[in-house]
Amino acid sequence: MSIPDDLQYTKSHEWVRMEEDTATIGITDHAQDELGDVVFVELPELGATIGAGDSFGTVESVKAVSDLYTPVGGEIVEVNSSLEDAPEKINDDPYGEGWIVKLRTSEEADLLSPEEYEKVVEEES
Amino acid sequence: MAEELKRTPLYDEHKELGARLVDFAGYEMPVQYEGIKAEHEAVRNRAGLFDVSHMGEAVFRGPDAEAAVQRLVTRDVGRLAVGQAGYCAVCYEDGGTVDDVIVYRRENDFLVVVNASNRGKDLEHFRKNTQDLDVEVADESDEWALLALQGPEAERLLQDVTDADLSGIRPFRFVEGDVDGVAAIISRTGYTGEDGFELYLSPDGAPSVWRRLVEAGAIPAGLGARDTLRLEAGMCLYGNELDAETTPLEAGIGFAVHLDKEQPFIGQRALLLEDTEGLRKKLVGFEMEGRGIARHGYHVTSGAEVVGEVTSGTKSPTLDRAIGLALVDPWVDDWFEILIRDNPVPAKAVPLPFYKRHRG
Repeated sequence: MSIPDDLQYTKSHEWVRMEEDTATIGITDHAQDELGDVVFVELPELGATIGAGDSFGTVESVKAVSDLYTPVGGEIVEVNSSLEDAPEKINDDPYGEGWIVKLRTSEEADLLSPEEYEKVVEEES
Repeated sequence: MAEELKRTPLYDEHKELGARLVDFAGYEMPVQYEGIKAEHEAVRNRAGLFDVSHMGEAVFRGPDAEAAVQRLVTRDVGRLAVGQAGYCAVCYEDGGTVDDVIVYRRENDFLVVVNASNRGKDLEHFRKNTQDLDVEVADESDEWALLALQGPEAERLLQDVTDADLSGIRPFRFVEGDVDGVAAIISRTGYTGEDGFELYLSPDGAPSVWRRLVEAGAIPAGLGARDTLRLEAGMCLYGNELDAETTPLEAGIGFAVHLDKEQPFIGQRALLLEDTEGLRKKLVGFEMEGRGIARHGYHVTSGAEVVGEVTSGTKSPTLDRAIGLALVDPWVDDWFEILIRDNPVPAKAVPLPFYKRHRG
């Protein structure tokens, strides 16, 4: 199970890369593994404004539907629309080509460190 | 307190193979090994091996065994030859469905294979409704392991480990024989839309047969792939398409109902009436026209009106399209919407099955 050191995490198994005022969000290796083959991704609209804790989309595997939550509020400035045709990127490269959205934010987020996230995963299994 | 989950005789094999295990009908069952899509494709193109030992087995013995089964199931089992099996529904008096089962006619008894989740309810229903007959209804569920070997290469793989002449077993026929030295019922049946066999084995003998078939090239496949395969093949799953509020006619399995059966069966009058007066709802297969995947329980709408409910839905690995089954009002035509997270997404009815194998 990969939990990169340079990212932050949520209890609902998203990862966040904070760079200045932009947050890139995806789902973790653990999350994609639990879901299984991802076959569908529902993305938010560009320019939409969402609040911290809101659902901004869904990821579906053959068996399950999973909501995506953002830990920070802001405006959607980019979506990974390549996932519409190739949702399996989330399985193959969850921290790279499988990124889901970028949002512009001015909020301070309450995020988990890699070590804290590892504990969350351990407690669940 | 939660009840301890039961394990099948193949539990250690699943662990060894790194399966993801889930609670299914009180059993710790493999939902997937490598991945649902890969397992699904293995069954369509080669051969997959499923552990379905959680299924229940009821055996009817005694002078009135046939009369008892006739009373309980919708098919005329008097028309089954020894060595032949038939898919049937079991109904309540009002036509609602208790279970869908396979009846095997053997030399001296009837073996009725029931869904794991319905085992307790079924046995009670079977016994309660045959008390006046000279029949013993034995629950042999724990005395049988059940493997399903499914796919175009199933016959070739199995023939290497059995002396039984598999090419002579037609669909829905079975023989008793040896598989890799283990006594088995070898049945040409399945739940995937592919050719294949189901093997009823002793719990002790099952693990070696499982290992032998895996070594020969069968791909272990879990309940996840079993569900996508049966859905593509347009087959019902109890609890989804069938339940106490749905008759077999409504669920589209009228082929398993012999309304003209001479020995009356429980629910026959209600089904005859529904057949005359018209269905109260009907099962349709559909494909999504818009983006999204329909799931069990989603509403089917026509304009502002709710006209039905999705019973099963997935992204079909074979067709690479979102497909589903729904129970809808009888007047609904071929175009409707599926409400996905409050969004009406267009869908269109298509003929069933979604997938039909090429017969070689």
